[in-house]
Amino acid sequence: MSDPTPSSLSVSTTDPGSAPPAWRRVVDRSTRGPVAAFIASATAWLLIGSLLALIASFKFQFPDWWTEQAWLTFGRVRPAHLNTMIYGWISMAGVGIGTWLWARLLKTPLRGQGLLWTSIGLWNVGMVVGTIGILAGYSRAIEWLEMPYVAFAFIVPALLLVVASFLLTLRERNAQHLYISVWYLGAAILWGPFLIIAILLPIFSGVPQGTANWWYAHNILGLWITPPGLAAAYYFIPKVIGRPVYSYHLSYLGFWTLALFYNWAGVHHLVGGPAPQWVVTVSIAFSAMMMVPVIVVAVNHHMTVVGHFEKLKYSPTLRFVVFGAMSYTAVSLQGSLQSFRYWQEVTHFTHYTIAHSHLGVYAFATMIAFGSIYYIMPRVMDWEWGSPRLISLHFWTTGLGVGAYFTALTIGGVIQGFQLLDPDVAFLKIVEDTQPWLIVRSVSGTLMTVGHIVFAYLLARIILKSGARPDGPTYFHPVPEGTFQVAGGDGTSRAPATPETD
Amino acid sequence: MTRTALIFLGAFAAVAMSFTALSLLPSLQLSTIEPTPGTNEYTYDEQLGRQVYIREGCMYCHSQQVRPDGFGADQARGWGDRGSRPGDYVYDDPHQLGTMRTGPDLHDIGNRQPSRDWQLAHLYQPRSVSPGSVMPAYPYLFEVKRKANVRPSEVTVPISSKYAPPGDSVVVATQEALALYDYLMTLKLEPLDSDQNG
Repeated sequence: MSDPTPSSLSVSTTDPGSAPPAWRRVVDRSTRGPVAAFIASATAWLLIGSLLALIASFKFQFPDWWTEQAWLTFGRVRPAHLNTMIYGWISMAGVGIGTWLWARLLKTPLRGQGLLWTSIGLWNVGMVVGTIGILAGYSRAIEWLEMPYVAFAFIVPALLLVVASFLLTLRERNAQHLYISVWYLGAAILWGPFLIIAILLPIFSGVPQGTANWWYAHNILGLWITPPGLAAAYYFIPKVIGRPVYSYHLSYLGFWTLALFYNWAGVHHLVGGPAPQWVVTVSIAFSAMMMVPVIVVAVNHHMTVVGHFEKLKYSPTLRFVVFGAMSYTAVSLQGSLQSFRYWQEVTHFTHYTIAHSHLGVYAFATMIAFGSIYYIMPRVMDWEWGSPRLISLHFWTTGLGVGAYFTALTIGGVIQGFQLLDPDVAFLKIVEDTQPWLIVRSVSGTLMTVGHIVFAYLLARIILKSGARPDGPTYFHPVPEGTFQVAGGDGTSRAPATPETD
Repeated sequence: MTRTALIFLGAFAAVAMSFTALSLLPSLQLSTIEPTPGTNEYTYDEQLGRQVYIREGCMYCHSQQVRPDGFGADQARGWGDRGSRPGDYVYDDPHQLGTMRTGPDLHDIGNRQPSRDWQLAHLYQPRSVSPGSVMPAYPYLFEVKRKANVRPSEVTVPISSKYAPPGDSVVVATQEALALYDYLMTLKLEPLDSDQNG
C-alpha cells in the first residue's frame, strides 16, 4: 500500500497535457443512471425542503398566517424541513456523489445498478411517506427521527441496497491503493445504516432516550453527512488544481481521529440537562478532541491549495468545494468550543445552535455537494452546463445567503442567550429582541432558495441535454492558457483528442 | 484479514463502542430509577394530550428540562423550584426534553399557570393573553359555534374582545384541546423526598 510516488495515484495526474484515459470514460458512463437519478432526487427534496424552511421562517414574522391548516403549523413544517433536507437532499446527494467517486477511485465500472435503482425508488417512496406523515400529524417528535417508522421501513432497505452495490464494486476493484476518499465513503456507508438501525430499536425511553437521541443525531451529521463531504473535498481539490494531496500521512491521521473521536461527542446537547453527568462530560471531552482531525484536515487541504488560490476565480467546482472545506474547519472548531459548559449555559436553547447546524449541513456539506455535482454531471451525462452566469448566481445567492443566515442567528442567539440568563429581562422582551434577526433569516433563506431554483434549472438542463450542445467546459471567466494543466481537469467532459494512456 | 476489511471493521467497531457507552449504559444505569413525587403513569386523557403535544411539535420551541442550581437562571425566572431529575421522565416515551427556548420551559407549567381558561385561550390565540407572542395559534383545536348550540357538557373558552368571534358565537374547546390541557397540568416539579435530595 505504501506507494512511494503519490503523483501516480488515481487522484491526480500531474503529467501536463495528459488526456483522460479510456477507463475513466467507461467508469463514468457506468454510473450514469443511478448517479443522475440520486442527484436529481436529492435536488427535488432540496426544493421541497427550501419551501418548508421558508414557510417555517416566515411564520415568525406572521404568526397568524395559515393557522387554520393544521398541516402547516410551525411544529410540523419545521421537522418536515429538517427531515427532507437531511434524509432527502444531503443524504441522496451524498450517495450519488459517493457512488461516482467509489467507481472512479476503485477504477472499475459500477456494479449493482439494479440494486441502486431499486434503492432510489424505495428511498423516494420512504421520503414521501415520511414527509406527508410529519405534516399529517404522525411525527414521532424525536429530533432528527421525526418520520414515522413506516418511512424507515423503506429507507433502511434502500440504504442496505447501496451497501450491497458498494461491496460488489469494491470486490471488482482495479485500484491497488485505496485513496483516503474511499476510506471515508466505505466507513460512512457502514456507519449510516448502523446508526439508523441502532436508534430505531424500541429499547429507549425517558432520559436515556435523550442521550441516545443525541448520540444518533450528532453522528448522522458526523459519520454519515461529513465523510462524503470530506471524501469529495479530498478528491476534487487536488483534482482540479492538478497536484497531489499535500500529505497522505495526515489524511490517515485525520480519518482515524475522526472515526475514534466524533462518535462520542453528541451528548454535549444535554449539558445542564437531567442526563447523568458522566455521559455529558465524556461528550465534552471528545468534542474538544475533535480539534485534532479538524486541524489535520484543514492543514492538509490548505497546503494542497496554497499557491493556487487564483484558480478559485475560474472553476465552479473548486470555488464551491473550497468554500465548503473552509466552512468545515469553522463549524468544527466552533463545535468544539461551544461544547464547553459555560458557553453551553449561554447558547444552548437559542438560535445560535440553529446557526451552527446550518454552518455544518449547509455551508460545509451542501456547498461541497454543489461543487461536486458541477464536476460530476458533465462526465456522467457527456454534456456541459453552458451557463457560467447562472452558476455564478447560484454561488453568490447561496454563499451570501448562508453567510447572512449564520451571522444573524449567531449574533441574535448570543444576545438571546445572555438575556435568558438574566431573570430581570422579561421573556416577551427577549422574543421581541430576537425578531430582527429572524427577519434576516427569512430574507437570507429566500436568497438561498433562489439559488436552489437556479441550480435545479441548470441540473434539469444538463440531464435533459436541452438546447444546443454547450461549447467546452464551463468556467466563471475565460481561463488563461495553462491555468488548468490537466486535461479533464475542471468541467471538461469531451472525448480525449489525444491517444489514451494509463 | 485484508487491510481493507481492517479499515472498515475498525471504523465500525469505534461507533459500536460509543453506542454502548452513550446509549446502552445510560439506559442500564437509569433502568431502576424511582419516579419522583408527583410523577405518575399518564391517564388516557393525559396520554391523548401528550400525543397532541407531540403531533403539533410543541417541543421545537419549548424545552422540558429545568436547569439545576447554579446553572442558568431557570429557577430565578420562576420556571421551577428545582432542577429536573431523571425520575421526572420515567413514563416519557418519546422524550420531549427539547433543545430550543423560543418559548419558555414547560416542565413546571402545571404549577406556574394552572388556569384552564388562560391555557385554552392561549392555545386558541396566544396574542389574546400574551401580547407580542410569536407562538402559532391553534384554532383547529377549537370549534366556533353559536352560543345557543353549546351543549352543557362542552367547555366554552373566554376570549378577549379583540380576538373573540363575532356576534353571538363562542369558542368551544375540542376533546383534544382539553386533553392537551390535562397533559400540561401533569408537568409539575414537586419537591423531592429527603432521600432524593443528595
